[in-house]
Amino acid sequence: MIAQGRRVITAEMVAAIEALAPRYPNRRALVLPALHIVNRELLHVPLDAVVDIAALLGLAPAEVQDTLTFYEFFHQKKPHGKVRAFVCRSIACALRGGDELLEHLCHAKGIRPYETTPDGELTIEPAECLGACDFAPCILANDDLLKNLTPEAAEIELAKPRARAT
Amino acid sequence: MTPFKPVLLEAVGVPEGYTLASYRSRGGYAPLEKILREKQPLDVVEMVKSSGLRGRGGAGFSTGLKWTFLPKDHPGPIYLCVNADESEPGTFNNRLLMEDDPHQVIEGIILSSFATRATTAYIYVRYEYPESWKRLQAAIDECYAAGLLGKNILGSGFSLDIYLHRGAAAYICGEETGLIESLEGKRAWPRIKPPFPAIEGVFRKPTVVNNIETMACVAQIARRGVEWFKSIGVPANPNNPRDPGSYGPKLYCLSGHVEKPGCYEAPLGITLRELVDHYGGGVWKGRKAKAAIPGGISMGLFTEAEFDTPLDFAGPGRVGCLGLGTAAVVVLDETVRMVDFLYNSCRFFAHESCGQCTPCREGTSWSLRMLERIRAGKGRLKDLDLLLELGNTMGMMPGSTICGLADGAAWPIKNAINKFRDEFEDTIKRTNPEGWMVTDPVPALAIVGAH
Repeated sequence: MIAQGRRVITAEMVAAIEALAPRYPNRRALVLPALHIVNRELLHVPLDAVVDIAALLGLAPAEVQDTLTFYEFFHQKKPHGKVRAFVCRSIACALRGGDELLEHLCHAKGIRPYETTPDGELTIEPAECLGACDFAPCILANDDLLKNLTPEAAEIELAKPRARAT
Repeated sequence: MTPFKPVLLEAVGVPEGYTLASYRSRGGYAPLEKILREKQPLDVVEMVKSSGLRGRGGAGFSTGLKWTFLPKDHPGPIYLCVNADESEPGTFNNRLLMEDDPHQVIEGIILSSFATRATTAYIYVRYEYPESWKRLQAAIDECYAAGLLGKNILGSGFSLDIYLHRGAAAYICGEETGLIESLEGKRAWPRIKPPFPAIEGVFRKPTVVNNIETMACVAQIARRGVEWFKSIGVPANPNNPRDPGSYGPKLYCLSGHVEKPGCYEAPLGITLRELVDHYGGGVWKGRKAKAAIPGGISMGLFTEAEFDTPLDFAGPGRVGCLGLGTAAVVVLDETVRMVDFLYNSCRFFAHESCGQCTPCREGTSWSLRMLERIRAGKGRLKDLDLLLELGNTMGMMPGSTICGLADGAAWPIKNAINKFRDEFEDTIKRTNPEGWMVTDPVPALAIVGAH
């Protein structure tokens, strides 16, 4: 089913995607779950993976790519960092220093928003409301919500390794 | 103010309150067992309808009435989509419910599925809530093990599967047909209605889309009764036959410049000032409030003088806001420049417009560019009129877009400029003394240096 030689999604990924198939009445609904499964392992979804997913789900690659590009979430050209930090910039965080936090972290790490540090450890991205306005300003770093941050505390927190289970 | 004992937030602060055992010890799932044993689906629809429950996701449409729009005697499948794509800036009550009391939500989902004859329920959880995802999945697993989900639940003959579906950080997925498209694996472009989801929703089947907090309310109505629910809140205005009233407890999210940000449960109809002073400990640092968002950023703005407006479904509309929305209150203190507030709002909507309808895609984008221009000291008074023109012409209400995102983008623009016009004009005149009066088209944007 999948063209040999360009396969970038692994048997484990295929199994994880297929395990979800009974939940939906058609295979197109698996696109978003599949993108998440691939992204979790590869930290991005390269075009070859899009072709693989399309073949697996019986879709045209363009259909998968169409969905993928709608969500700014999936990087395509290169992997994001081992820690992906979403810095909230929406109103509740902005009122308590969210924009300043983002700027400080980018300056401290020498990268611009959406970029990854050269060692591949950390990607910093602005995010719209993280739904944690009671802890503003906040950052979502992999699975961890970092609360009530000062720029200094954020730097310390983001230097730590973080698991990513979901 | 009489203290209100939390019901929806009963489990907050309870050690391991998110487990099945803890939920059962609070009386959970007993109402479900009784209903599955003794009642018919239509009884549950009637119960929810007569409670006056209005959807908590933002639009405030009657939940029971929504269910009755499903076709009668449909061969199925019918789907329930639970909207946990809580993305409205300032809103986080769904997060609390999912993390601290997932079984309350699930009991509501099972009851709602029974009522609507849905056999599959999808919970669309936004990417930004990994903890909610884990807690919900653990709770669902507990339910399957306890026979509360799956085939022939508790011997009733009713079967239900609940699946989590993960979003990918897009605000528009909270719009019910955007959610449906996203669930189907497509870009989340809202659909033209009709057909409404009740007739043709996900996978082209009849579908109900309800919010997480609505589900929790259904569970509590089943446990405590219709009379209890109707005893809380603001009754329907007898002089307005179209007012369905604002019944029940509501989770108010309070953030921004207050001493104690948090999610507080209070009867519908509490005033914004009561919320800030009584629950929020007042404006932070001893400062004065200048304005507040009454229900998520898309609802617009209260000025400080409007803080005594009740936060029920009808209140915010009386002072020119879009509505109660998600009841997420964000307080702005006296140091906030309204230009900065509006810039933040416009940036959000320009980023989150899905791009399907031109008035919204271009309107949100150009409103952001105008705010950038004003902030860069290149604003003209004419820009305020242009912004208002955009605000008055983009959206479902003026009839130029498919969904309400643009109305949500327009309201902060209209409210901020109409209610704080003097400040905007002062800012523009002060920061652009040479050019504030110019009305010619803006020359090449690179020359302006603001973009």
